[in-house]
Amino acid sequence: MSGAFRIPAAGRLKQAKTARFSFDGQSYAGIEGDTLASALLANGVHLVGRSFKYHRPRGILSAGAEEPNALVQIVRDEARKTPNVRATVQELYDGLSANSQNRWPSLAFDVGAVNDLASPMFSAGFYYKTFMWPKAAWKSLYEPKIREAAGLGVSPDRPDPDHYSSRYAHCDVLVLGGGAAGIAAALAAAETGVRVILADEQAAFGGSLRFESGARIDGQDGFAWAQAAVAKLAAMDNVRVLPRTTAFGYYAQNFVGLVERVSDHLKTPGHDLPRERLWQVRAKRVVLASGAIERHMVFANNDRPGVMLAGAARTFLNHYGVAVGRNVGVYTANDSAYAAAIDLKKAGVNVAAIVDLRDNPTGPVIDEARALGIEINFGRAVIRAGGKLRVSSMTVQPKNGGGERTIPVDAILMSAGWTPSVHLFSQSRGKVAFNDETRRFVPGTYAQDCVSVGACNGTDGLSATVDEAYAAGAKAAKDSGAKAAKGAKPKVDASESWSRGMLGAAPGAGPDTTVKAFVDFQNDVTAKDIRQAVHEGMRSIEHVKRFTTNGMATDQGKTSNMHGLAIAAETLGKPIPEVGLTTFRAPYTPVTFGSIVSHARGPLFDPTRRTAIHPWAEAQGAVFEDVGQWKRAWYFPKGGEDMHAAVDRECVDVRTKAGLFDASTLGKIEVVGPDAAKFMELLYTNPWEKLEPGRCRYGIMLREDGFIYDDGVVGRLAPDRFHVTTTTGGAPRVMNHMEDYLQTEFPHLNVWLTSITEQWAVIAVQGPKSRDIIAPLVDGIDMSDEALPHMSVREGKICGVPTRLFRMSFTGERGFEVNVPADYGQAVWEALWAEGQKHGATAYGTEAMHVLRAEKGYIIVGQDTDGTVTPDDAGLDWAVGKKKTDFVGIRGLKRPDLVAKGRKQLVGLKTKDPKVVLEEGAQIVEDPKQAIPMKMIGHVTSSYWSQNCGRSIALALIAGGRDRMGDTLYVPMPDGVIEVEVTGMVFFDETGGRLNG
Amino acid sequence: MLLIRCPYCEEERPELEFRNAGEAHIARSANIAGESDDDFEKFFFIRSNPKGIIYERWRHIHGCARFFNAVRDTVTDKFVMTYKAGEPKPSKLPGAAK
Ligand SMILES: [Zn+2]
Repeated sequence: MSGAFRIPAAGRLKQAKTARFSFDGQSYAGIEGDTLASALLANGVHLVGRSFKYHRPRGILSAGAEEPNALVQIVRDEARKTPNVRATVQELYDGLSANSQNRWPSLAFDVGAVNDLASPMFSAGFYYKTFMWPKAAWKSLYEPKIREAAGLGVSPDRPDPDHYSSRYAHCDVLVLGGGAAGIAAALAAAETGVRVILADEQAAFGGSLRFESGARIDGQDGFAWAQAAVAKLAAMDNVRVLPRTTAFGYYAQNFVGLVERVSDHLKTPGHDLPRERLWQVRAKRVVLASGAIERHMVFANNDRPGVMLAGAARTFLNHYGVAVGRNVGVYTANDSAYAAAIDLKKAGVNVAAIVDLRDNPTGPVIDEARALGIEINFGRAVIRAGGKLRVSSMTVQPKNGGGERTIPVDAILMSAGWTPSVHLFSQSRGKVAFNDETRRFVPGTYAQDCVSVGACNGTDGLSATVDEAYAAGAKAAKDSGAKAAKGAKPKVDASESWSRGMLGAAPGAGPDTTVKAFVDFQNDVTAKDIRQAVHEGMRSIEHVKRFTTNGMATDQGKTSNMHGLAIAAETLGKPIPEVGLTTFRAPYTPVTFGSIVSHARGPLFDPTRRTAIHPWAEAQGAVFEDVGQWKRAWYFPKGGEDMHAAVDRECVDVRTKAGLFDASTLGKIEVVGPDAAKFMELLYTNPWEKLEPGRCRYGIMLREDGFIYDDGVVGRLAPDRFHVTTTTGGAPRVMNHMEDYLQTEFPHLNVWLTSITEQWAVIAVQGPKSRDIIAPLVDGIDMSDEALPHMSVREGKICGVPTRLFRMSFTGERGFEVNVPADYGQAVWEALWAEGQKHGATAYGTEAMHVLRAEKGYIIVGQDTDGTVTPDDAGLDWAVGKKKTDFVGIRGLKRPDLVAKGRKQLVGLKTKDPKVVLEEGAQIVEDPKQAIPMKMIGHVTSSYWSQNCGRSIALALIAGGRDRMGDTLYVPMPDGVIEVEVTGMVFFDETGGRLNG
Repeated sequence: MLLIRCPYCEEERPELEFRNAGEAHIARSANIAGESDDDFEKFFFIRSNPKGIIYERWRHIHGCARFFNAVRDTVTDKFVMTYKAGEPKPSKLPGAAK
């Protein structure tokens, strides 16, 4: 026997398969097929959690995804501790271990419950009011305490060991919701042969057929029919059936996000299964069959454990074989709770009384309840529930006041009616319409190719639902291109039907009362809070929602929003549709980050780009740094060197002997065509028409606003062919920028652009010995200074493979950049390296490259510029063609602010103490004794220790910098002020003689 | 995720393949160097930012790489139509009131 409250004759689970589980350390027995909620109830456990704000004891309200109270932490192991799992959704497996949340030291005795007594402090808007003063206390006292007290579960503190998967799918008809409506629609669509996906959040399809004991379809029990129909669908080639799959978001153009829980219900998931699978489905037509959610009654202490929705109690009985009590009371404003009372009574549970707010309702369920001898009280209200950790009584009073009567009960089943689930419809941007007669919001104006059927469309009764859904499924198939159907519509032989109910607070919880009658259990919002929000000036329902937090967070108003809206409307004295409904936000139920991230984590988070020479650098023990997606060799430590020692050695070796540097990541674009030079004239500030083939030029690219966008050396290979280099990080946006102008502003130019970044490996050989290293390996290129002067380019062969050999320098030394097809990159590097060894050459990394270029005052776009720097600001005005009539940025450069005096200009800085290295980004002031906040006149953009100069060097952007040569400025730092002198930008070999040295 | 029709590929493709490139039909002057401050301000800084129909440039960057124009409704996010770069602003939109 799996629990004292299990009724062997009831329910559909096979008693044989016992599943042991623990809750808060206590061991229990359940049955396979149980949810954690049904298994707990079978053991008589109702108290499962403490509420968010007041720490009130809470039980199980529902039997589905709308559950606001029974949120637990499921613990598989140290790394798998999932918080906020709905006990009503978590399927039981043998060995499941769950803990309650939000309580200390124990669930039954919780210190935080003092909040309940101090509740005036936590009334509506408390987030905004209570903790605002003193300001300093927020960080140190209030915030940590509130977080501790009000948290919903505990986040796991280890990386998620599970894996998740992600799939895209296309279909003709996507059916969301697998109750009678969804199944009927899917059958109709599938029988035409179109591609159908049917998804339902539960483990088994059937929806409310799970508890509707009176439903019969095609001669069978409704739930059995559902299983047979879904088995038939699953066997069809054109149908995909997805159980345990929640449609959490409905996006543009029938794009729907679903998450399939693949293995959370398994005892040992096995590593071949993902934990969850994200489905991103594009459907020609969507059928929404999301059903309806039962509302609770709003009365004092309606949150006591044991007080639950009538439909939930029926589900626990009819599906799981669990009685939620032995002596239950019923409180209702519609017929559906009668069916619960009848089913429980027939199963042998005592029904103490039905309390019905309505005056004199009639109908078959009422007759049947009466015939079973159940006491029925019309026109009365339950004004209060008794008990604390479990409901012990209900106090009944005529709804217009009068004598009270207290009836002992161990559970109260309540129903205020059913709210159509229009979440997905609303997410699709459809507009809901209020039906005055049935007092509910139903789909009104559609925004996308979808249709709502059944309870979510406000359609009452199984027969009408199946008719509507079957027709809608057939139409959706036809609209998506199906020929003709050949199936038969399911025949409903018997059904249950109810509608109506009430909205808002019940008698006893009206405006004149101060009782705790909960509207939103999850957020601890009472009827009084909603009224208070209106009294404090909230007029819009969106403001009421935020002020009270009603319907916020994971609940998204599933059980609460209609009651909240009705109370706000009543207090405002306005009809409900004028107050309006809050927006339903995705996700419908929480979605794990794991399923959204899927495989895109760790090494798969972002692509890693490696150069052809990477393996060589790795073998040499290079330390790498990330530059965008590239891995670049940062420095090559030798024999226990630290970074500082390695960089110093590399820098000195390059200037005294030679260095090899992997420059392959440099962006490269080939600009080709009869109008290539004209195009270059327009895209760069420099003149290009007269650049002779075989020569190079340093080019600056601006945006239209006149600011530097990119730079690089450009070689003209032929009259119609330019080899353009860009910064490493800038390559894609420069290409985009060029394409944009070519395609849209200068389409008359006959030019082709090709990204060749990855086509060529680039080996920079720099230093006085560089020519000696390269020359023996080159064929067909005269390496003399006369034939190959600085800033020239030749095509020929090196090591027998094609090369574009640039004579250029980013170090200030005689230098070459050897471009070879990437596949030969490592081989040519190794050949150059072998040759270099004869001359004492070193391999240097990006750090030495940075130091060497800073010693020469060569800028790095994006480090020494920040998108607000003009060529003149950077001291590069010489690179702007003065005679040109057009280039991108020519007009921007003339803007008043760009020609004004006092702009920040790039200059050099030398610290008075040569050993002190400034911090990049440090701010610069004129007078360090001025009051704080000081006037900052610029900042350090580049700063290094230069072994070649024997001192520190820095570049800085300083207001009017070039007029301050020789001035002393100050860099205030936390541990003292650093004195600096403004200098030119070239720190080494000012005359540039070494380029030919 | 939106579906966007590339007028060059003549196919609806997922939004992920595209990149927005700002407002359309703002032509760069052939004599930009001689433009007044006011005209340059209008050309470079001022954008219409309408509630409703907007004319935009998009690029099928992970497809054919072409820039094209699109008409989009900023209220519904819907693409009303797309057309090739260089084509005139459509005088009448499909589905618009007569
Ligand atoms: Zn395209």
